Amino acid sequence: MMNETVINGLYIVSAIFFVFGLKMLGKAEQARKGNLISAIGMLIAIVTALISQSVLEWQWIAVGMIAGSIVGALAARLVAMTAMPEMVALFNGFGGAASLLVGWSEYHRYTVTNTYMEANVLSLLIIILTIVIGGATFTGSIVAWGKLSEKIPSKAIQYPGQQFVNVLIAASLIGAAMLFGPLRESLNVDSYILVIVTIVIACILGITFVIPIGGGDMPVVISLLNSFSGMAACAAGFVISNNVLIVAGALVGSSGIILTNIMCKSMNRKLTNVLFSGFGATKASTGG
Amino acid sequence: MGMMLVFVLILASFLGFELISKVPAQLHTPLMSGSNAISGITVVGAILSLSGAFVIEGEVMTIILGTLSVFFATINVVGGYMVTDRMLSMFNTGKKGDQS
Repeated sequence: MMNETVINGLYIVSAIFFVFGLKMLGKAEQARKGNLISAIGMLIAIVTALISQSVLEWQWIAVGMIAGSIVGALAARLVAMTAMPEMVALFNGFGGAASLLVGWSEYHRYTVTNTYMEANVLSLLIIILTIVIGGATFTGSIVAWGKLSEKIPSKAIQYPGQQFVNVLIAASLIGAAMLFGPLRESLNVDSYILVIVTIVIACILGITFVIPIGGGDMPVVISLLNSFSGMAACAAGFVISNNVLIVAGALVGSSGIILTNIMCKSMNRKLTNVLFSGFGATKASTGG
Repeated sequence: MGMMLVFVLILASFLGFELISKVPAQLHTPLMSGSNAISGITVVGAILSLSGAFVIEGEVMTIILGTLSVFFATINVVGGYMVTDRMLSMFNTGKKGDQS
């Protein structure tokens, strides 16, 4: 609808707001202003998205945005101060779910328009990547939320054959990606079943990733999942070829890794210890 | 086009690495929460999936997936920014006394 240069210009402006916002969020005196600036960047990005195309299903966009705003605002307003970290985990999970749905919806378009076989392999693999990171972020964050709010036992949960299960999950995800992308012509697999299976496995991955980690380490895990949801948004950006998603997603993805590291250090822990303390070696010393 | 996007990805990632350094411990959670709100940028993708080049008009499944993703992403954005602001507002008033 609008001139593409104008649209991209607005996206650049919003990316600049995100950069300054993130920078200021790391400094005590400027943090609150930084959050506001990043929120303005988000507003610009959303308005730009709304005017950039002929919006066909505008009533559905409105329904989603109004309902989401109400739920988000109420949750943020009503949550007890002590329960804020788990609320962040929950919000983060919803972000991951949204990225998953963007990937799914793009795949769905291929099937409806019958263009799946002509689509290039890389685009399909990126769709799978979006679904996997988004799905794992979604369930991982839900588990983190459950552990912090004591809805599920917060201690590190271990089970026999843990490593085997993880290897199995990794192998099946790689297998699904191969069948979906490079091998789609030689194998006669219904790709829709493949996508659903991938979504389910990705969701299981999120659970098995977080469940062995103890409640005390949850803040670090949430920070890591936050970084993942940035990467999921970034991958979704590749799916629909959109710059602002890639920039903002990459910013969150990489700064999230650094923050995760800083948080580990301040707890005198190593990230590898946090993530793999549940695996193997320390089976005897399951602490609460 | 594809290569250009990879270029953008790499530069933005390096920028993200450089942006965060020496964050005071009290700011860890608000910073995490604030950057979580930014990852709600996927709302733009969700909106676009219901518009212009992407949506197949009137196709029910596309509409369901798109609407759900707009809904989830909006919770992430609105909730994320508001909860971060709440955290930081308490932090500011609490800190005024012992400014170092």
